[in-house]
Amino acid sequence: MYVNSKNTLLETILTLNNLTKHYGRVKAVNDLSFTIEKGNVYGILGPNGSGKSTTLGMVLNVVNATSGDFKWFDGSDTTHNALKKVGAIIERPNFYPYMTAAQNLKLVCTIKGIDPSKIEEKLETVHLLDRKDSKFSTFSLGMKQRLAIASALLNDPEILILDEPTNGLDPQGIHQIREIIKKIASGGTTILLASHLLDEVEKVCSHVVIIRKGVKLYAGPVDELNASHGFFELRCEKHQELLQALEAHPDFASLKDENGLVTAFLKNPLSAEALNSYLFEKGIILSHLVMRKESLEEQFLQLTAKLN
Amino acid sequence: MLRLLTIEFYKLKHSRSSKVLSIAYFVILSFIALIASIEFNIGDIQVRIADQGIFNFPFIWHFNTWIAATLKFFLAIVIVSMISNEYSNRTLKQNLIDGLSKKEFILSKFYTVVAFSLLSTLFILIMTLILGYSFSDYTEFSIVTREMEFLFAYFLKLVGFFSFCLFLGVLVKRSAFALGFLFVWWIFENITYGILRWKISENLADAVVQFFPLESMKNLINLPFQRLSFIETAANQLQADIAIDYAVHWYEVAIVSVWVFIFIYGSYALLKKRDL
Repeated sequence: MYVNSKNTLLETILTLNNLTKHYGRVKAVNDLSFTIEKGNVYGILGPNGSGKSTTLGMVLNVVNATSGDFKWFDGSDTTHNALKKVGAIIERPNFYPYMTAAQNLKLVCTIKGIDPSKIEEKLETVHLLDRKDSKFSTFSLGMKQRLAIASALLNDPEILILDEPTNGLDPQGIHQIREIIKKIASGGTTILLASHLLDEVEKVCSHVVIIRKGVKLYAGPVDELNASHGFFELRCEKHQELLQALEAHPDFASLKDENGLVTAFLKNPLSAEALNSYLFEKGIILSHLVMRKESLEEQFLQLTAKLN
Repeated sequence: MLRLLTIEFYKLKHSRSSKVLSIAYFVILSFIALIASIEFNIGDIQVRIADQGIFNFPFIWHFNTWIAATLKFFLAIVIVSMISNEYSNRTLKQNLIDGLSKKEFILSKFYTVVAFSLLSTLFILIMTLILGYSFSDYTEFSIVTREMEFLFAYFLKLVGFFSFCLFLGVLVKRSAFALGFLFVWWIFENITYGILRWKISENLADAVVQFFPLESMKNLINLPFQRLSFIETAANQLQADIAIDYAVHWYEVAIVSVWVFIFIYGSYALLKKRDL
């Protein structure tokens, strides 16, 4: 925890300083720095093989960093002790196949040094209470993944780290996991979610870190990811006049005409009302007017495309 | 330490194969007592093993620990698989993420090795006392407690052997290959001994090979049969010199202790260096 300008308390959960990992000549993670603050929901975005899992592996003590460092909380404790206050699942769920769900969770409690009284409550959260005495080896992938989430929640963690939690699941499974994540996020738990599925991140995250080929492209709030002001989708009878009127307007950067649907990209802020009255004055009556922001996917593609 | 032992025994307790093998081990250990009932005939003379002095104090300490040590392979399988399963189930990774340090992980396995060895030693202690008091010709307290250092040698021998298994488990990650490696290593030690003895001299071969892990563990408790009274008598009659140094020496203890340290520290160093 550090004091920022003496009156705001910012609780830092995780700080990465120039973290680097090389596998031979491959630079999996390169000079990565960012901080995770309490209360936010972070998404780590990046295509497959961009270094997301390696980064999480390093802060979770299973991958050795080539150079750079990281610290959990205020850095006063060892990494493995700090991890007792963290809940994490990476890649696929790993449990002892010959133990039941409840037995596996009890083992996790012993390792974390916490009371096993919360096992049933957490199993209920992920809808597995009725299967608590079934062996882990009998679970479907979706159930295994949910058990992993229950396990990560056992200690009521300061931060929940999820690496590709919906990977390989069927649509129902994906939906269930998302609902659980949303519920946890609404409870105020800090979450770090690594994914290559952008709509997943967009639906729950307030902040994003974008990595590509081990290099950080962006870290900050989702809203500030792109300086764009959004775009309008317009349609009307007087197609040519609409195009002329939009070209004459100073706030538009570019136009796109597709099957009579005009997409106009803004370079300055402009409200839908203002545009509507401007066009009405010019005698153009719209049959279709929608103002939209670029989706995270479009922004992500723009950002990664710039570097090609 | 208790926490680490609890964690490891919890893992073993729920694994059926580990449980079956451990129980089988102790059951077979207790079968040593059945040697007492072996009888056979040499020509016209009926020989009953129990009457040949093998259950006499203090010799029984030497005999029982030697016989029992040959059964250590049962537990070796448990030790190797408790490491390799952590790799194949990827639970090692999950344990570390949950807040176990790599050092604690190795220590939890090492404590288990020590606990198993201690348990086995205790078992042998009790069984030897029972067998001894039933069959021994001498039961004076001063004779009973003589040569009890074999019990310590037995304990150290098990710790050493299991530490070797633990190290191989960490190194190779797969139980079948680790046990295979153990066998190959045993052949390697024997071939080295054979070549040294053949090309140079027996003294040098003994001097070098005593530092090898398996040979050093073997030297802790030497073959006891030459000490049996009827063999000694026979040897005396034939005027053959079979004087063998069977005592537990400090340097034998030292060599094995160093190996235990090397294996445990080596396991830790390996794990620390690895990306999981």
